[in-house]
Amino acid sequence: MQLALEGLRRAIDLIFALDPDLRDAAWRTLWVSGTATLISLLLGVPAGVALAMSRFRGRTVAVALLNTGMGLPPVVVGLFVMILLWRSGPLGALGLLYTPAAMVLAQTLIALPLVAGVSLAAVQALPPRLRLQVEALGATRLQTAWLLGREARLLLLAAVMAGFGAVVSEVGASLMVGGNLRGSTRVLTTAIVLEASKGNFAGAIALGLILLVLAYAINAVLTRLQQRGGG
Amino acid sequence: MNLSPTTHRAPAPRLRRAALVVATACFAAVRAGTAAPPPFSRATNAPAPSTRPASAPAQPSASRAPVILATTTSTQDSGLLDVLIPPFEARTGGAVKIIAVGSGQALALGERGEADLVLSHAPEAEEKFMAQGSGLLRRRLMYNDFILVGPAADPAGVHGSKHVAAALEAIVRSKAVFVSRGDDSGTHKMEKKLWSLAGVSPAPGPAYLETGQGMGAALRVASEKSAYTLTDRSTFLSLKQTLHLQVLFEGDLALRNEYHVIVVNPKNGPRVNVEGARALARYLLSKEGLARVRDFGRERFGQPLFVPDAEPYGDE
Repeated sequence: MQLALEGLRRAIDLIFALDPDLRDAAWRTLWVSGTATLISLLLGVPAGVALAMSRFRGRTVAVALLNTGMGLPPVVVGLFVMILLWRSGPLGALGLLYTPAAMVLAQTLIALPLVAGVSLAAVQALPPRLRLQVEALGATRLQTAWLLGREARLLLLAAVMAGFGAVVSEVGASLMVGGNLRGSTRVLTTAIVLEASKGNFAGAIALGLILLVLAYAINAVLTRLQQRGGG
Repeated sequence: MNLSPTTHRAPAPRLRRAALVVATACFAAVRAGTAAPPPFSRATNAPAPSTRPASAPAQPSASRAPVILATTTSTQDSGLLDVLIPPFEARTGGAVKIIAVGSGQALALGERGEADLVLSHAPEAEEKFMAQGSGLLRRRLMYNDFILVGPAADPAGVHGSKHVAAALEAIVRSKAVFVSRGDDSGTHKMEKKLWSLAGVSPAPGPAYLETGQGMGAALRVASEKSAYTLTDRSTFLSLKQTLHLQVLFEGDLALRNEYHVIVVNPKNGPRVNVEGARALARYLLSKEGLARVRDFGRERFGQPLFVPDAEPYGDE
């Protein structure tokens, strides 16, 4: 209990001192996870909507794979991306290992199935007659997708928030492909691991509280968007 | 169900406002973030093949490509590298990516050419590494010692043992709990060597806990479970405040813990930054580097955490 309070005090100190390491890690957390969420939104929502609207052989298998992807352990994704990007790997020439770009890639791969899977469920949850009505009015496939997406925007925004939540809290993949390098790939979660391993528990708790506040702030904005739109 | 956009209650202005709020927040974050040293200044030092001449002698630009230093958790957790590495980076303008894993993994990364310089403390594994041609050169840098720590009550009666073998025998005999790194690190290899030196093996079971984690985590487990463990002195000193453990045995020559640097053989893999590794090794073994090693920890702990005892870089 005392440690938690000391953590809170330390958090306030760090914020008011505008501690450069904290600013660095906090900014990078938002940048990396925000970019990864954005990419998985741009790819995942259309993918989920398209899958919801489609009928093809093996569709059930595809959906099952997608749902499995939602539960993919982030550290496994990290391992896979590391082997892809390291020097002797197929993409080794890009020199991306231990850079923020590698972290964005890993986090995108983590968030993508989540966003796509929830989007799929969101569109499938719509009344089936809606699609018939839209198509009967002469909408093209693209227009239908757009309109269905708009109707499902409550759950689509939930998909985005789920994706963001998954990657902003993720630590295994970020450690593996980022290396937790001070000033270049350290984010709040990996900094917490470092502080805890050094025995600096109050500092680790402080960083944890700051991470929670940041995550809350982002989700507050997204929730406002979501709840307004649902009106 | 209404599909016409115009009959919804003006979502567009609200959406625009929300987007503006998010954009402002991001902008504010950027301003705050860039007031400090730009966070991505090191990440942009991407290794471009053109800066690494294939066979030319060392050129200043060649050492600007990042050097990947694979090292042990003890050198990072103690804070030594935070003091040692930045001056080198400042002088050469290149980045050093410090990947702190166990010595076993550090050497494995070196074997694959995924690291340029290895700083480890596993002499036998290192000798094997060199014998198989995986390293260009290996030089001793510094040493400290391992110690046996445990609960103040010392149920096994380790304190006062004549040598480390007796201490370990006492632990096994009393069935006291012993925490092992269990991760093929330098510390773990030393632990295994000591068990075989003592001629006893810890019985697998609840009295022998293998954490598979770094030294800090292993010490915490030992502290929580009032168990014994083998640790390097520097990590223990830096974490002592938060632990309920005491030094119970030290000083046996067998506990000497030597750190070596190894320049990785470029034949191990594509894109090994040999010039950068050579430059970093030269710096670490230089008077300046060794002075920093010697002074590290003096103020905070009243004793140096690592003792410089380097072999000169010399010729390869």
